[in-house]
Amino acid sequence: MERIIGRYRSLTILVAVLFAQVLGLAVQVKRPADPAHPDGPSTRLIRLWVASAFTPVEKLFVGSSRWTRETWRDYIDLHNVRQENRDLRQQLEEMRIQQARVQQDAEQARRLQALLGFKEQFIQQTVAAQVIGSSGSELSRVLTLDKGSRDGVHNDMAVITPDGVVGKIVRVFPGSSQVLEITDQSSGVGALLEKSRLQGIVKGTPEGDPMLDYIMVDESVGAGERVLTSGGDRIFPKGLPIGSVTRVEKGHDLFHAIYLKPAADLSRLEEVLIITKVEERTPATDQADTPHRAADILAQRLPSVPSKSADPAAEKPGAPGDKKPPAPTPPPDKPQGVRQ
Amino acid sequence: MRVTLTYTSREEIEVHRFSVWVTLGVPLLALFLQAFLPARWHFFSLFDLPLLVTIYFGMTRRSPVSGLVTGSLIGLVQDSLTHQPLGLYGIAKTLIGFAASSLGVKLDVDSPLTRLLLPAAFYIVHQAIYFLVARGLVRQTLDWPWLYTLGAALANGILAVVLFAILDRFKQRT
Repeated sequence: MERIIGRYRSLTILVAVLFAQVLGLAVQVKRPADPAHPDGPSTRLIRLWVASAFTPVEKLFVGSSRWTRETWRDYIDLHNVRQENRDLRQQLEEMRIQQARVQQDAEQARRLQALLGFKEQFIQQTVAAQVIGSSGSELSRVLTLDKGSRDGVHNDMAVITPDGVVGKIVRVFPGSSQVLEITDQSSGVGALLEKSRLQGIVKGTPEGDPMLDYIMVDESVGAGERVLTSGGDRIFPKGLPIGSVTRVEKGHDLFHAIYLKPAADLSRLEEVLIITKVEERTPATDQADTPHRAADILAQRLPSVPSKSADPAAEKPGAPGDKKPPAPTPPPDKPQGVRQ
Repeated sequence: MRVTLTYTSREEIEVHRFSVWVTLGVPLLALFLQAFLPARWHFFSLFDLPLLVTIYFGMTRRSPVSGLVTGSLIGLVQDSLTHQPLGLYGIAKTLIGFAASSLGVKLDVDSPLTRLLLPAAFYIVHQAIYFLVARGLVRQTLDWPWLYTLGAALANGILAVVLFAILDRFKQRT
């Protein structure tokens, strides 16, 4: 026996190493799924080591490149800045007029919602984060963010940009976290079509595009129609843009295969928002302290968009003060599911 | 009469070794770049630098044990950057490390054509092993993107020619 093992030493070691890894896989797959701790203690430790080794270097690279870019943009490359300023002022005036009109419609809608006892989801608190790395693999579309459990980030928190949904947090380390993009084949987001209000699930294709599934073939779906989060997955607040329909094909069984173009440009992400607190409540008819809706709040929350707040600490991205102040009145009854 | 065919000259089966800094630094740098660059330039996820490094060390050291251990360690670190269970890349790269070092003894691994075709072929085999393990052992519902895999194999083959020429500078003859 020893002779055979000695003769086929390389093969024996290969079989042993493969066996150990298959065993490790079996243990990970068999382990009861705990949403808070998807890994076992041992696998978690290896991931923690790798994250601890890579994250500081990634942060250093991202930080220094950002500093260089901002220094160039803010102090050197000021070509045409006056003209741009004039254009923006004019645009601001136009937007103010438009906002007044839209606000009236929104207030009316909220009054009607309140009368119907309609519950809505509000983004209560967010943390701004920078994308510092990725899995580097098309087979696993994961991004690494520079915020972790020290910043109040937990598993299953939604990650968004002003343009739309990015993904959800799947793993958290003290100083970093991993986001599973909506284009990953194992991801799933509760979604609905904006016009028809038909509900389905958005998941990733092998090519890395999002696809809306579980819409019956007898339903009519047109290219260009927007797809929003339905809120049914209890992760993403309702009404956030996921993408728009690019083409509709015959899918499996009785369902369409609806291919989407993501609303957020997932291939060029630098800054994102992690939704750390979402609240459900009925909109108040009194508009004096109107809460912000999930979809309304996005454009104002990225660090690249300067805040008009008088408190300079509140303007710092990802700072502890980076929270939405309104103190909500808890709903009188138990929170219910989102009504369609 | 038995005729033995060989494609390997005496010089070609020379075994090379590397300093500790290169042995540790190159795989770590490859893993870091693989995690960092696609986040900035998405097209870079087409390449698999850790795989190319595994193939290179396997082919030049020509030691199957060293090749499979290198592949296994690089694969496990790469696994920990994904959300998949640990071992998918580990198993695939273990086999590729073993195969590359076994083939390294039989082929002229310094030829540019070998350096183009072998990594391209290994890339396809690597993806096939990954999918087999993911679908067979982990029960994941992954689909195989054929066209993408073929394109990526070619891209990795081309990159391998350049990368291997750079890494040749760190070789030390035993």
